[in-house]
Amino acid sequence: MPADVDDLKDLSEEDRNRLELAGLDMGMGERSGSFFQVDQEIRHVHSGTEGIEVLPIDEALQRYEWLRDYYWNAVDKEKDRFTQYVAKQEVQRGFAIIARKGAKAVYPLQACLYLADAKVQYVHNIVIAEEGAELHLISGCVSSSGTVAGAHIGVTEIYVGRNARVTSTMIHNWSESISVYPRSATVIEEGGIFLSNYVCMQPVRHIDMNPIATLKGKDAVARFSSIVVGLPGSELDLGSRAVLKAPGCSAEIVSRMITRGGTIISRGEIRGEVAGTKGHIECKGLILEDGLIHAIPEIAGLVVDTELSHEAAVGRIARDEIEYLMSRGLDEETATATIIRGFLDVKIRGLPETLQRQIDAAIDAAEAGF
Amino acid sequence: MLEITDLHVSIEGREVLHDINLVIRDGETHVMMGPNGSGKTTLLRAIMGFGGYTVTSGSIVFNGENVTEMPLHERAKRGMGMLYQRPPTIAGLKLGKLLDVTAKERADQIPTLATELNMDRFLERDVNAGFSGGEIKRSEVLQLLVQNPSFVMLDEPESGVDLENISLIGNATARLLEKDQHIVHRTKSGLIITHTGYILDYIDADFGHVLCDGVFKCHGNPREILKSIKTHGYQECIACQRM
Repeated sequence: MPADVDDLKDLSEEDRNRLELAGLDMGMGERSGSFFQVDQEIRHVHSGTEGIEVLPIDEALQRYEWLRDYYWNAVDKEKDRFTQYVAKQEVQRGFAIIARKGAKAVYPLQACLYLADAKVQYVHNIVIAEEGAELHLISGCVSSSGTVAGAHIGVTEIYVGRNARVTSTMIHNWSESISVYPRSATVIEEGGIFLSNYVCMQPVRHIDMNPIATLKGKDAVARFSSIVVGLPGSELDLGSRAVLKAPGCSAEIVSRMITRGGTIISRGEIRGEVAGTKGHIECKGLILEDGLIHAIPEIAGLVVDTELSHEAAVGRIARDEIEYLMSRGLDEETATATIIRGFLDVKIRGLPETLQRQIDAAIDAAEAGF
Repeated sequence: MLEITDLHVSIEGREVLHDINLVIRDGETHVMMGPNGSGKTTLLRAIMGFGGYTVTSGSIVFNGENVTEMPLHERAKRGMGMLYQRPPTIAGLKLGKLLDVTAKERADQIPTLATELNMDRFLERDVNAGFSGGEIKRSEVLQLLVQNPSFVMLDEPESGVDLENISLIGNATARLLEKDQHIVHRTKSGLIITHTGYILDYIDADFGHVLCDGVFKCHGNPREILKSIKTHGYQECIACQRM
């Protein structure tokens, strides 16, 4: 097994920088496993943690017959034309990550999906954390600086077992000409915890995703957070859904959006189907330049004892906040940037420090453009 | 330090302050009293240079420089500072981060100052989010100690503060104004709005002013003015023609 990721050495300096910005650790210093796919070619697969396997999806399906039960289970292959497109491909690409019972990864596993020359990149990923396992996944989805136009279609099915813990951090670093269609679903068993973080600070043509978490077992927890900037020409249609199906389940959806002229639709939906469940949605948007932020928080309670709430606010930076900082000696530009940086500073409970640093770095890198 | 001459200030086209004259020398502390809505906060904000406070005539000279048209942050950089009565909450911005970005030569003193003001636990909290009255004032004083202005304006530093916090804030205010230094060596000056006068127990103010309906009605010994207001209310000040 290679100790570092030299399989990507043919990439330009600029593209390597783009990968690092999306959370890729080339030196593998703080990673316990990795998977790299360039267009439809799998370049590198490695796991350094006992009890945790990282495999190309086709190989995993051949090796483990039981994996078929998880394949197209959380996501319906007939869901839409994108899932249908992935389902009909003869050659499957993407990864399977399987954390066996009780296995714990100290460092995150990294998955990089890199769009170089292909018109369409498609993947089907499966993540399974068996009982008591702990996995932290960072996915960097990146397009080459030279990519003219293309689409990325990704199906991801995540299964969080009893008392298992999965965090999934996704940093997108596409370009103006790329359209992205992730189709993700997570099933969480009793006592399982699933944290999903999404960061997109760079331009993209179109992103359309609305992942769903089904909280099946008692006391399961799901938290979604997304931090996005809509730049001119970008259309981001983003959402998160949680269905609370067992007592004690709770879900939280937090989003921070900034538009600099782009369009952002922020959907959030929590459905409380049984008693003893809780959910909260918080959408906050800043309009720095005319564009669109359309927040659509939805809560649906079906029984007496489910507590659901939402708050949404879209607006500009309050003048009194800017002047407050200016009265401490900051010029207007610095005061504004400081407030925006604070606005985007969502600390995610339960996220490993190294991943929080990665998220912070992705936001900091975009800060100059605020 | 500060010289205000024939100052008229309007808010949204309506004149709120009329013909204000005020001189504050190096090392002096002045207090300003007056009924609610008399224009005290407006005067502080006009001196500091907040937007929406239009100087229609007159001048503000700070350390020999005419700052009447100068942007807010330039005045702050030149040594003006302000303690807010009701500062805004800034979601996501941590108090510690704010101190880091505003500190200049005192950056290394932040942890010590925060501990002294009992604010060390608040450095990782969003600025003013869910702070109590006393915590807001301690946070404000801490920010000013870190900013280290030569001229501080305090807008009701004791309002909303319990007795325990009053002494902490009073002593810290005295420190902001270098009250431990002899007047000859003291360089810091202040202008303080107070309703209760509690702050006078911690800082010896040199001059008092009463502002009514946007006009200075009285100048004199701060304790005597306060005593008179406590006995007779502001009616006498309004009627008074002694200037």
